[in-house]
Amino acid sequence: MTDVLEHPVAVGDHGHHEDHGPRGVLKWLTTTDHKVIGLSYTVTAVIMLVIGGLFAEIIRAQLASPNGTLVSLAQYNELFTMHGSVMIYLFAGPFAFGALANIVVPIQIGAPDMAFPRLNALSYWLYLTGSITMLSGFFTAGGAANFGWVGYAPLSNSINTPGAGADLWIGGLLLTGFSAIFTGVNLVATIFYLRAPGMTMFRMPIFTWNLLVTALLILLAFPVLTAGLVMLYADRHFGTHIFSVAGGGVPVLWQHIFWFWGHPEVYILALPFFGMVTEIIAVFSRKPVFGYKGMVFATLTIAALSLGVWAHHMFTTGVVLLPFFSIMSLLIAVPTGIKIFNWIGTMWRGEIWFSTAMLMAIGFLVTFLIGGLTGIYLASPPLDFFTHDTYFVVAHFHSVVMALVLAGMAGLYYWGPKITGYLLNETIGKIQFWFLFVGTQVFTFPIYLLGLRGMPRRMAVYPHDPQWKFLNDVATVGAILIGVSTILFVVNIIVSWKKYPAGDNPWDGHTLEWFTTSPPPHHNFYRLPPIRSERPTWDYNHPEHTALGHGEHAKDEAR
Amino acid sequence: MKVEAKILLILGLFFGIVAAVYWRWSVENAGGVMLVAAMLLGFLPGSYYWWWSRRMRTRPEDDPTATPAQSAGVVGAFPGTSIWPFTMGMGAFFVVLALVFGIWLLVPGIALVTWALLGGIAEGRRGGRV
Repeated sequence: MTDVLEHPVAVGDHGHHEDHGPRGVLKWLTTTDHKVIGLSYTVTAVIMLVIGGLFAEIIRAQLASPNGTLVSLAQYNELFTMHGSVMIYLFAGPFAFGALANIVVPIQIGAPDMAFPRLNALSYWLYLTGSITMLSGFFTAGGAANFGWVGYAPLSNSINTPGAGADLWIGGLLLTGFSAIFTGVNLVATIFYLRAPGMTMFRMPIFTWNLLVTALLILLAFPVLTAGLVMLYADRHFGTHIFSVAGGGVPVLWQHIFWFWGHPEVYILALPFFGMVTEIIAVFSRKPVFGYKGMVFATLTIAALSLGVWAHHMFTTGVVLLPFFSIMSLLIAVPTGIKIFNWIGTMWRGEIWFSTAMLMAIGFLVTFLIGGLTGIYLASPPLDFFTHDTYFVVAHFHSVVMALVLAGMAGLYYWGPKITGYLLNETIGKIQFWFLFVGTQVFTFPIYLLGLRGMPRRMAVYPHDPQWKFLNDVATVGAILIGVSTILFVVNIIVSWKKYPAGDNPWDGHTLEWFTTSPPPHHNFYRLPPIRSERPTWDYNHPEHTALGHGEHAKDEAR
Repeated sequence: MKVEAKILLILGLFFGIVAAVYWRWSVENAGGVMLVAAMLLGFLPGSYYWWWSRRMRTRPEDDPTATPAQSAGVVGAFPGTSIWPFTMGMGAFFVVLALVFGIWLLVPGIALVTWALLGGIAEGRRGGRV
């Protein structure tokens, strides 16, 4: 178990080359190193989180009083459209499969880089230019896109929404869509072809497994969105009538196409974060993942089912097959339940270390459970008819996505030291966690109730109703707490800047990224341990705990 | 390679079953078409991998007893730095802006994309500046 390769792993046929590359801005422009690209993705995505968060704070400030006058009705439409668009298209997805996946996946499987480094760089540039394109709508005469982040036809056609803002929204999505597709191709090729010797598929860390499934989902879903956007653009400018009744088109076709991408997209966002918390919970419980194969099975099942549930967003259109989509949606609760069970099973009787990353992961678990359970209600058509387009739906998906933000923060606290070489301050981190976690619940609970009391979403002003006013005020307080937590995160980065050296393995980690240096060298590894389980670094550091194969149990050994 | 192939084939099979049920049961065609496309995306690469997996020796990464020494040697050529992805990204940016601000932007857009393609291919032939 100790035969470690002591000389550098040869990668590429050009030997060492980390010392004579370009520096500064030119390095950033020309890099093909997955870690630098991943870091660029991380910084850009966090900036998008802050921009989207600012939109959210303005929205909540507007709703703090029934007849808010902070923004005009038209500006409010732009704000909620761009809040959703920035958070979904420009933050959550790219942060998950662009930022942390880019940095961590190749290292976890012992690869020197992504399979197609230049394609990887192109993905980043398309993501950055797409983000700029979409946001530049604010600087055009008609303002940014204002038809909601779902761009429903016929509201999004050239008669109802003329102007450059909508076209920039479409253009931005085309660029970021191709960026996602290229990243998907890259991840699949990397995971299929660049694993280290002994790293069989069923020894891959769960994070890598989840990213593989995410990448497959990207390849299944994103081309559909891109095709839909081309059709939408053609309707707006080339006189086609694909989505307009007047010319014989079908407006609801847009919803089919959009949600055929949109629901798998929910899991494209969620699965990487599921992977992050799986790693974090196992490491900080000092136990292997409970039910490894069950986790893989659950991930694959969620992905497979997610392609057959798109029209549960369209129950109230009256033209979809209610029983089919209801059954398929409810079925997703089963593999998700397996995951929740396995996360708790991993913590069960573990030596839990309540670090900031672990707290964030537990916060994710609780918040995601609330979001998941309310999703089961919404999968039932009679309940959905009652709550469709109310704040109940908004609360449901904000529970889900705020859980993902908690998981993302967990990922930053956990993997940040690997990529920068420095730890973040744990005390500030824990205060940040409590603001974020409490803020999330204070924000979502009142808007669940608002939804049940009939408040529709996307309203800039609302009737003078003492209950609605009170619940909106509480939600606004929650949003402020979440804002404070984001400020604390920035403060933490400034306070901890190059202050607490992390060492190679600060958490006594399980997977290969904790075997190499922090930050890793140019092609990631000078040496590799033997890979005999899904925890090669742990096996190497703790030879007293012999790794057991799948299906073998300590009890059997004792017998 | 077999596990990779099986994952794709099983996903394809599942989407095929869902497509059949949905097509039979529903009254619209868009979903059925998209599900059939999803099925193909499982079957096409999946069957290719399966075909290959039967014709190749076990790779070190599929061998549970492989040692790190088996990774010695050249994994592949990884370019150290390259300006072409940035150039192509800027070209694509101009192409998309042409959709909004005027067809003339296609000129710099397509020029940059073509330049980046030629530059990237030439760089690939040389093995990249590493």
